[in-house]
Amino acid sequence: MADSSAKPDNRAGDHGPARLEVAGVTKSFGAVAAVQGVSFPLFPGEAHALVGENGAGKSTIVKMLAGVHRPDTGTLRVDGADVEFAGPADAKAAGIAVIYQEPTLFPDLSVAENIAIGNQPLTRLRQIDRKSMTANAEALFRRLGVHLDPGRPARGLSIADQQLVEIAKALSAEARVLIMDEPTAALSAVEVERLFSVVRSLRDEGAAIMFISHRFEEITALCERVTIMRDGKHVTTELVSELSVDDMIRKMVGRDLSALFPKQDVEPGEVLLEVDKLSREGVFRDISFQVREGEIVALAGLVGAGRSEVMQAVFGVDPYDSGSVRFKKKKLKGGSPRAAMAAGLALVPEDRRQQGLVMDLSIERNVTLPRARKLARLGLLFGGSERKSALTWTEKLQTKLGKLSDAVGTLSGGNQQKVVLAKWLATGPRLLIVDEPTRGIDVGTKAEVHRLLSSLASDGMGVVMVSSELPEVLGMADRVIVLREGKVAAELTRAEATEESVMYAAMGQKVSA
Amino acid sequence: MTTSTLGAPAPGRRFAGGLLKTRELGIVLALVVLIAYTAIDNPRFLSGQSIRDNLLNTAILAVMAAGQAVVVITRNIDLSVGSVLAISAFTVATMMSDNPGLPMIVAIVVGIAVGAVAGLVNGVLVRYGKVPALVVTLGTMYIFRGLVYSWAGGQQVNADELPAHFLSFANDNILGIPWLVLIALVVVGGVSLMMRNYRIGREMYAIGSSPDAAELAGIKVARNLIVAFILSGAAAGLAGVLFAARFGTVDASAGTGYELNVVAAVVVGGVAVFGGSGTVWGAGLGALLLTVISSALAVLDINQFWQQAIVGSLIILAICADRLVAVRIARSLRKRDAHV
Ligand SMILES: Nc1ncnc2c1ncn2[C@@H]1O[C@H](COP(=O)(O)OP(=O)(O)OP(=O)(O)O)[C@@H](O)[C@H]1O
Ligand SMILES: [Mg+2]
Repeated sequence: MADSSAKPDNRAGDHGPARLEVAGVTKSFGAVAAVQGVSFPLFPGEAHALVGENGAGKSTIVKMLAGVHRPDTGTLRVDGADVEFAGPADAKAAGIAVIYQEPTLFPDLSVAENIAIGNQPLTRLRQIDRKSMTANAEALFRRLGVHLDPGRPARGLSIADQQLVEIAKALSAEARVLIMDEPTAALSAVEVERLFSVVRSLRDEGAAIMFISHRFEEITALCERVTIMRDGKHVTTELVSELSVDDMIRKMVGRDLSALFPKQDVEPGEVLLEVDKLSREGVFRDISFQVREGEIVALAGLVGAGRSEVMQAVFGVDPYDSGSVRFKKKKLKGGSPRAAMAAGLALVPEDRRQQGLVMDLSIERNVTLPRARKLARLGLLFGGSERKSALTWTEKLQTKLGKLSDAVGTLSGGNQQKVVLAKWLATGPRLLIVDEPTRGIDVGTKAEVHRLLSSLASDGMGVVMVSSELPEVLGMADRVIVLREGKVAAELTRAEATEESVMYAAMGQKVSA
Repeated sequence: MTTSTLGAPAPGRRFAGGLLKTRELGIVLALVVLIAYTAIDNPRFLSGQSIRDNLLNTAILAVMAAGQAVVVITRNIDLSVGSVLAISAFTVATMMSDNPGLPMIVAIVVGIAVGAVAGLVNGVLVRYGKVPALVVTLGTMYIFRGLVYSWAGGQQVNADELPAHFLSFANDNILGIPWLVLIALVVVGGVSLMMRNYRIGREMYAIGSSPDAAELAGIKVARNLIVAFILSGAAAGLAGVLFAARFGTVDASAGTGYELNVVAAVVVGGVAVFGGSGTVWGAGLGALLLTVISSALAVLDINQFWQQAIVGSLIILAICADRLVAVRIARSLRKRDAHV
């Protein structure tokens, strides 16, 4: 995915004064010192990465630059002049466009309106010009290579599509500073590369870019400079070309780390899950595969290929039209998550905000809630011991939190993901379906999540993993099932699965890069 | 999905538009059935006078519903509108009986201004008091009502104290359309236009759809909320003037309980109680439907009690219908999403 044609090194150095500068900024939330004395510059025509573990304070910096939070001390400078943002409107007016970590769309408005909000094209009578608004959205989507209907409401978009709309929204602002907080977390390599080529052209036109990601290959592919944070403190700001990925990780976590944890080899046991010719009109067709005990099966493919939809149908959240799902040789009732759970399946959903967590409830309540609102009628499944094990899981996943009674909404994005995982792992499922298991999780914990999944598999659990992250798929999966446009494009064994073979199957053509 | 060319989004748009219209269509259908049934039972229901009465009664409710719709779309509610109507009606009636020479337009402007001030109070309290609108406007509902009572004492302004041109306004026509109906059409139409085609209107929808996202998008949430409450107050103030002109007799209890009719009209008209969706036209149609129901029940000689029960059932039906439609939309959208 790394586009080597655009190696950025030669660009560093030939910049003028900083477009935006963070100078000695601190920010605390009650007793939590989220950011402590951080300084770095964003130069025009340069992409700047901000990296750090979950809870390091990256999003807090983003929110200060966006005018959402006010720094406790320290200043922000735009073009050398001190600025104080009273609210997001001020930051916007200063030419700063922000993609937040959690999508912030208006579910009732159309996609085109979401992109244009506050900046709609007007007719001479100062009415909204819907035609050119739609045309603008279509043009942006074409630039991003996205296939979305601008007229549909934003409600019900997948996380990846939501992120794409957010990206289009930020691009439409024609900003002088573009700040992106983990925009790629739910995207697959193809969408990421499209995004990067658009961002590179913005950068070349002189915009200052700030980019946050937990995927280091993205950082080396896009960014010239990197600022590393640890526990709210500034560690270093350097040229990306002068640091190896291992250096970055070491500075970020403060110790050595093996970035990826390969799955242990396990002799697969009996068949757990049999999906046979599963079809849903207009969504997916003739999907068949098996999962054995001790196996990790990955579903790969592009955004929109139907991966999540298949697994939601298997679990019974969505209906299917024909085909069958068998679990341990017994047919599983369709459309009933309750039956699936009773049989020993668990589904970690993709969208933690809407399906996984209740943001206003405490961490403890969330971990012990068996299911989010949507499925709450299933009743309480947890007893005291299970609750304890759920809390143990949050510890195992190194969740960074203050008190267990804090609202989940105050956790950093990656830590929220850990709470979701903990909740489901604690149910002790026979078959775990995880949709983007490590979305937004930092390298250190990612390895830990992988190690956990691997050891659970060696204890006989089956795992189905939907993942957009190729290294994760290649490192973890015993078998890779690649979906393309709702159909199985390939089923690859661990030996057959390589970056090329998976991408080839996912796109239906040779990858040019 | 990424390999195919950007294809026709048009069917999707038509589809969404069609669904939006089903609610308005449903109300129109309900109206037709109701009117036909009542007219078969009693043909006088279709007489000119009966239609006129229905329209005049709708006008006052529809004006208030237009303002309320804006507030509800922003995920708030204004329960004080009945009391605001009373303040405005009493102010204007007193003013007109003391100064019979004042033209109608002054009465209207004063009524609107009084209502707007009340709305401003509501808006500021909701926004800066950080108290839910339900609580604030429940409070101001009693406070405003209390103000009228203490001002009016036990008095009332009677029709014979009001100037003739003021009273005849309620019965006069222009181009064959009663003034009241024309005013209601202009208000509903104007507010509809604002909500559909102007930035501020779309921002109202955005705020109701996701208040947090609205703040992040740099929308002036405070300003917009205050504008919404001012609109609702001003509409109630205008309704007060129409009320005084139409009924001629104004005392401190004018408009008691109207707030619930207004909210009912808005909800039946398809504005979601959780904000973000629905139309002002729908709210206007809701007002028409409720008015026709109550007069039809009177014509059919059905007990008053049933009337309330029917309105209640309609509200519940409306909310259930919204849920159903939402689920349906979500399903079909997911289907189309798959890009197969
Ligand atoms: N509104 C808030 N109230 C209380 N604490 C908060 C709030 N926002 C953030 N924090 C805390 O501040 C710290 C930094 O959070 P932040 O979201 O900036 O992390 P991050 O670097 O973006 O992490 P991630 O990689 O997981 O997104 C965390 O400990 C978090 O719990
Ligand atoms: Mg973050």
